[in-house]
Amino acid sequence: MALKIVKGSIDRMFDKNLQDLVRGIRNHKEDEAKYISTCIDEIKQELKQDNIAVKANAVCKLTYLQMLGYDVSWAAFNIVEVMSSSKFTYKRIGYLAASQCFHEGTDVIMLTTNQIRKDLSSPNQYDTGVALTGLSCFVTPDLARDLANDIMTLMSHTKPYIRKKAVLIMYKVFLKYPESLRPAFPRLKEKLEDPDPGVQSAAVNVICELARRNPKNYLSLAPLFFKLMTSSTNNWVLIKIIKLFGALTPLEPRLGKKLIEPLTNLIHSTSAMSLLYECVNTVIAVLISLSSGMPNHSASIQLCVQKLRILIEDSDQNLKYLGLLAMSKILKTHPKSVQSHKDLILQCLDDKDESIRLRALDLLYGMVSKKNLMEIVKKLMLHVDKAEGTTYRDELLTKIIDICSQSNYQYITNFEWYISILVELTRLEGTRHGHLIASQMLDVAIRVKAIRAFAVAQMATLLDNAHLLTGNTQRNGICEVLYAAAWICGEFAEHLEDPMLTLEAMLRPKVATLPGHIQAVYVQNAAKLFATVLQKHEGETDSQAAQETSQLLIDRLPLFVQSANLEVQERASCILQLVKYIQKLQQKNVEVAEEVTALFAGELNPVAPKAQKKVPIPEGLDLDAWINEPPSESESEDEKPKAVFAKEEPKHSRSRHTEVDEKELARRREARKQEQANNPFYIKASPSSQKVYDAPGVEHIPVVQIDLSVPLKVPGMPMSDQYVKLEEERRQKEKADKKKKEKKKKREKRGKGRKGDSGPESEEDITPAHHVDIVTEEMPENALPSDDDDKDPNDPHKALDIDLDNLLSGAGSRPLADSEKLPVRTHRPEVLKSPAEDRDDNTIPQETKKKSSKDKKEKKKDKEKDRKRSKEDKKKKKKHKDVEEELPESLPEEVVQSEETKEVVTVSSSAAAATVDSSSAAAAESEPEELKDTEPDDTKSSKHKKKKQKKEKEEKEKKKKKRHHHHHHHHSDAGAEDSVQNGTVEDEEPLPPMSNYSLLAENSYIKMMKEDADQVCDIQGNHQDESKVVVSVIFENKSDSFLKSMEFNVLDSLNSKLQRPDGAGPHDGLTVPFQLPPGVSNEARFVFSVQSIVMPQKLKGTLTFIVKTDESSTHEKLDFKLHFTCTSYLITTPCYSDAYAKLLESGDLKGSSLRLEGVNMPFHHLLARICFHHHFSVVERIDSCASMYSRSIQGHHVCLLVKSSDQTVSIDAKCDEPSLLGNVLDEIKQTFSKC
Amino acid sequence: MQFMLLFSRQGKLRLQKWYVPLCDKEKKKITRELVQTVLARKPKMCSFLEWRDLKIVYKRYASLYFCCAIEDQDNELITLEIIHRYVELLDKYFGSVCELDIIFNFEKAYFILDEFLLGGEAQETSKKNVLKAIEQADLLQENLDFQIRLLPAST
Repeated sequence: MALKIVKGSIDRMFDKNLQDLVRGIRNHKEDEAKYISTCIDEIKQELKQDNIAVKANAVCKLTYLQMLGYDVSWAAFNIVEVMSSSKFTYKRIGYLAASQCFHEGTDVIMLTTNQIRKDLSSPNQYDTGVALTGLSCFVTPDLARDLANDIMTLMSHTKPYIRKKAVLIMYKVFLKYPESLRPAFPRLKEKLEDPDPGVQSAAVNVICELARRNPKNYLSLAPLFFKLMTSSTNNWVLIKIIKLFGALTPLEPRLGKKLIEPLTNLIHSTSAMSLLYECVNTVIAVLISLSSGMPNHSASIQLCVQKLRILIEDSDQNLKYLGLLAMSKILKTHPKSVQSHKDLILQCLDDKDESIRLRALDLLYGMVSKKNLMEIVKKLMLHVDKAEGTTYRDELLTKIIDICSQSNYQYITNFEWYISILVELTRLEGTRHGHLIASQMLDVAIRVKAIRAFAVAQMATLLDNAHLLTGNTQRNGICEVLYAAAWICGEFAEHLEDPMLTLEAMLRPKVATLPGHIQAVYVQNAAKLFATVLQKHEGETDSQAAQETSQLLIDRLPLFVQSANLEVQERASCILQLVKYIQKLQQKNVEVAEEVTALFAGELNPVAPKAQKKVPIPEGLDLDAWINEPPSESESEDEKPKAVFAKEEPKHSRSRHTEVDEKELARRREARKQEQANNPFYIKASPSSQKVYDAPGVEHIPVVQIDLSVPLKVPGMPMSDQYVKLEEERRQKEKADKKKKEKKKKREKRGKGRKGDSGPESEEDITPAHHVDIVTEEMPENALPSDDDDKDPNDPHKALDIDLDNLLSGAGSRPLADSEKLPVRTHRPEVLKSPAEDRDDNTIPQETKKKSSKDKKEKKKDKEKDRKRSKEDKKKKKKHKDVEEELPESLPEEVVQSEETKEVVTVSSSAAAATVDSSSAAAAESEPEELKDTEPDDTKSSKHKKKKQKKEKEEKEKKKKKRHHHHHHHHSDAGAEDSVQNGTVEDEEPLPPMSNYSLLAENSYIKMMKEDADQVCDIQGNHQDESKVVVSVIFENKSDSFLKSMEFNVLDSLNSKLQRPDGAGPHDGLTVPFQLPPGVSNEARFVFSVQSIVMPQKLKGTLTFIVKTDESSTHEKLDFKLHFTCTSYLITTPCYSDAYAKLLESGDLKGSSLRLEGVNMPFHHLLARICFHHHFSVVERIDSCASMYSRSIQGHHVCLLVKSSDQTVSIDAKCDEPSLLGNVLDEIKQTFSKC
Repeated sequence: MQFMLLFSRQGKLRLQKWYVPLCDKEKKKITRELVQTVLARKPKMCSFLEWRDLKIVYKRYASLYFCCAIEDQDNELITLEIIHRYVELLDKYFGSVCELDIIFNFEKAYFILDEFLLGGEAQETSKKNVLKAIEQADLLQENLDFQIRLLPAST
C-alpha cells in the first residue's frame, strides 16, 4: 500500500502539473494546437493509471483545456472517478471539472446519482458544499427527481453554510422537476425567516425568481415580503423584494398603492444607486398598473423623473444609460412629465457613447408632438450630417422616418416639409435604407392626395438628377428611391409640369446601370408618361411633337429590350411594339391619345398590409379539405407531367397527405440531388459552383463610387429648413388670426380657463398647412380581429405555474396527494451503506409520517367541502383579504375604494380620509362599494370565512349587509338619507350609495339576494371555449328556525352551466357550505361556465333546505330565476387614451348609440353609475363629455362616448360584437330608467 | 444571471461559468460573439448592451474583461456590483490579483466564484464569509496533501 503511494507521488513528480501545462502553452504560441495534442496524449496516459492523484491532476488539466475550447467529453467517465474520490482535494477538482464539462446530454451523469447523494450527506460540510455547487451546474431532470428529497432535507441542515446552498439549488431543481415545488414550498417559505441572514437572502432570491415568472401564485406572500422590505437593511435582499413587488402589483393594484410610500421613502433615503434604480423602476411599474391620471401620484412620477434626470446628468455613462432606459418606460404612460426634459434628451444625442445616443433616440420617438416635430427632426438632420460611421447614421435615418410616420403621420402638419426631408435623406452616402425612404415616398404620395403635385415635382427633380444617386447600386442602396420617384411621376403624371423632360430623363442610357427591378418600373412608367405627353400634344394639336415623342421611345427602348433582366426585357419589348403601332397610327393622323391613356386609367388604392390575412374564411369553406380525391401513391410516381425545363417535384401538399416513411424521403432527397446536379438549368446552392454570366451584362460595368464630403445640394431643390421657417411664420399668423377671433368669441368663457395649456400654443391649435386627407388603408369587410399569442410554449418556467396558496394555510387547504410527494429512495440495491446514509434513511420515514398525519387532519376539515374548484377560489380570496388586512394600515378605507369612483370623485378627499374607527357616514357610504370594487381577477371578500377574521371586521360587514338590504328596500331615498347623515361639507356632491345586490327570491323562511354576476376570468385567457362567471348569493334566514342542508341547483341551458364537482351528475345540486341560524345571513359563490356572452341569459333554479325547529324538521324549497346580464360579462379594464384612440381608429368596431331623456343627476354620478353597474372605466373626461372603456371576458372591446346636456344623455358606443353592444346599451338604459 | 465570462484584452477566455445548460457548440458561439462585441466597444462607452434577449453587463479591470449576461428584468447596477465584489475577492485571496494569477490558479478562481455565486444567484454577500469558507476548504485540502507527502517519508 505504502509502496503504491510512493510510486504515485514519484509519478506525480515527473508529470506535468497544471502550471506546467499553462506555461508550456504560453511557450508554444506558434504551434499551440500541436503542443496541446501531445499534452492530451499524455493526459490520456495519465488517466489510465490507477493512482487517483495522477488522475485528478490530469482532469484538472483537462478542465483548463476545455476552457480553451478543446473537446474533453471523452474523459467524462474519468471525471466521475475523480469526483468519487474520498479525498476532498480530488473531489473538489472532480466536481469542478464536472460542473464545467457536463451538460444534459452527458450520459455518465446517471452514474453519479448515488455518489452525489453520498456526498450530500457527508459529515464534512465542504464535501456537501462542493457537491451542491457542482449539482447546480449540471442538474438534469433525473438527478432533480432522485435528489430533490435529499436537498430538501439539507434545507434544514444545522449549518447555515449548507442551508444557504441547498435553498439556492432548489430553484434549479424546481426548474428541472416542477413536481417538487409543491412539496418543498412550505419549507422554502420557512427559510424566509431563517435566523441566518445568508439563508434568508437565499430564500428571498429563490422565491423572487419563482414569483417573477408566475406572480399570481405568490400573492399571498405579499404581507410577509412587505414586512421584510420594511425591516431589512440588506440592499441585495431589498432589490430582490422590490423586484418581486414589481411583478405582483399588476395583479393586485391595492398592493401598488401601499408600496408607493415606502418606495418613495427609499428613493429619498438610499445612497445605493442600484437600489434607487430598482425602486424607481418598480414605482414606474406600479404607476403603470394603476389606472392613469391618478392625481395623487403625480408627485411620485415627478420624483422619479427628477431622480432620473440626476442619473442622466451624471458623468457616469452607466447611470446615464440606465436613466434614459427608465425614462422611456415612464414616457409610455406619462409622456407629459418626460417631455419637459426634452433639452436633456437632445443633449444626450451629442454623447460620445453610441448606445446612449440610441437610447436618447428611442425617447425622442415618444416625445414628438405636432408642435416640436419639425424642430426635433431638424436637430436630427444636423446629427445625420455630423454622424460618422454608417451604422449610427442609418439608425438616425430610420428613427427620423419612424418619428415622422408614427401613428399614421399624426404629428406631421406640413407634408411638403416631410417630402423635402425625405429628399434630403436621399443624399446620404452609402445608406442601406434606400428602400425605406422609397416606401415612405410612395406611401405619402399615394395616401396624401393634396401633396401629389408637390411630390411629383420633387420626384421629377430627383429623376433628373438621378446620376447623383446611382453611385451605389447595391441592393437596398439609395438608388431604390428612384423606384419610388419613377412610379410617382408615372402614376400621377397629370401633375407634372413638363412630362416630356421627365420622360427624357427616364430613358437616358445611364438608366441601364440601375438594378433590374428599378429599370422595369422605369420602362412601365415611361409608357404612362408617354400617354400623358400624347394627350397633352393632341390637346394642343401638335402632331409634330407627338410624333417626336414616339420616335424618342422607339430610339431609346431597344436598350431595355436587350436587358439581361427578364422583367425589363419583357416590358420593354411590349411597350416598344405598342409605340411602333401608335407611330403608324399617328402617321395616318389618327387620334390615339385617348386610347393610350385608357391603358392606365383607374386609381390604385392603398391596401393594408394585413388585409389579406384578415379576410374571414367564408362559412362552410374548409381550406384543408381536398378538392378532388387525392391521387394514389403509385400514380404520382409514374405519371409525372412532362416539364419543359426541369421536372417538377411532387407538390408538398401531396407528400403531406400520403404518409411517406423516413427511408423513402431520404431516397427521394438523394434522387432529387442527383437530378439537380445533372440539370444544367438548376442553379446549385453549393458555394463551389461559380456564377456564370452568359454575356457581360450591363450590371457588371464597374461603377466608380464618388465620395463627396461636402453635402450635395441638388440644384433647384427646396431645403426642408425653409419649410421650418415658413411653417413657423404660418403658425404665427394663424395664431394671431385665432387670437383675434378668440377674443371676440370667448370673452365670456374666460372664467373657466384652460388648464392643460401651459405652453404658448397647444396641440389642437396647430392646423395642418393643407387640407390633409390621409387615405386609410383598405381592409376587407368583416376583418377578423387580430390574434396575437405571444406566450412561448417552451418556457421552462411555465411548468412552475403551480398553485401554492392552499399549501400554506392549515385549514381548507389542498393537501399534498401521495403522488405529489417527492420520491424517496427506498429499495435500491446497494452494496455498502455508510453510516451517514443510514441516518438519512431514518429521517425520511418520519418525514412522511408527519405529512400523512397532516393529511388526515386536513381531510377532516375538508369533509363537507367537495367543490374543489370554487373552494380554491375562495381560498385565494381569503388570502387576498389577508393581504389587505396585514399590510400596514396606512391607507385604511381609501385603498379599498374603487378605482373608477376615485377617478371621478377626485374632490371628495375629505370623505375618503375618514378613519376606520370613526363611524362617520362618509366611510360607511363607501362601504357598499367595497364589495364590488376590487379588481376582477382579484376576488371578493368571502364572508363565510369571516369567523376567522377579526371581530371588528365582522361587525363592520354586518353593518354593511344591513345597509344593502336597506338599499334594496328604499332604493330611491337611500341617497337622500345618507346625505342627511353625512354631516361633512363637500365641494362636489358626494356619490349616492350604489348596490349591485338584487333580490333573487324570497319566502317566509329565507331571502336570496344576488349580486350582479362577477367574472372570474383566468388571466391566462382560457376563453376560447368557455368563460367562467361567479355569482355571489346572500342567503338570509328570516325565520326563527334553523336552516340547514341547503342545496342550490340550476337547470343548465346549452349555453350556461353550473360548475359541479367532478363526478357529480349534470342535475345534481350543490350543497351550500354553511347553515343558517335564525336571523343570520351568509354569502355563497357559484361558478358558471358560459359559452356565448353576447346575449343575456336566464336560468331557472331551485334552493332546497331543511327547516329545523325544536320539534320538527321540514323540507322546503324556493324557486328562483338567475339573470345573467351582458354587463356581467364585462370586466372593468383600465385603458389609456392613446390605446383607446388606436382602438377606435382601427375601424374594427361597430357603432350604435343611445339617448336617455330626463336624466336628472350630476354628470359624475352618471359616470360613476355606469362604471359601477356596468363595469366600465373612464378613459378621459372633458367637462360633460367622457370616453369610457370596458372589455368582455372574451376580449371584446366596448367603448362608450357619453355626452350630457340638460338632462339628455347621449351615448355613442362601439364594440366589435354588435349584439353584445346592443344588449349592454339596453341594460344601461334600464339602469337609468330605474332612477 | 445566465453566465459569466472572463477574457483578456486579446480575446483569450480566462474563465467561464454557465448557469444555464447549453451545448458546447452554442457556448463557443456565444463566447466568440460576445468577446468580439465587447472588445469592439470604446472605453468611454457604458457597461451595458442589449444582446439577443439578454442584457450584457461588463467591466474591465486592467487587462481583463468581466462579462455577465442577465435577464431583461435584472438589475444592471447590482450585476456590476457582483462583478466588483468578485474582483475584490480575487484581490484579497491572491493579494493584488493579476491576470497571471487567474491563469495559473484558474481552479482557485472557480472555487471562489462558486462560493460567491450559486446557480447564478449571489449566495454570500459578505466577503469575509466567502474567504473564510475558501480558506477552510483550502486548509482541508492542504492537510490531505501534507499527509500524502508525509507518508513516503515514514516508510
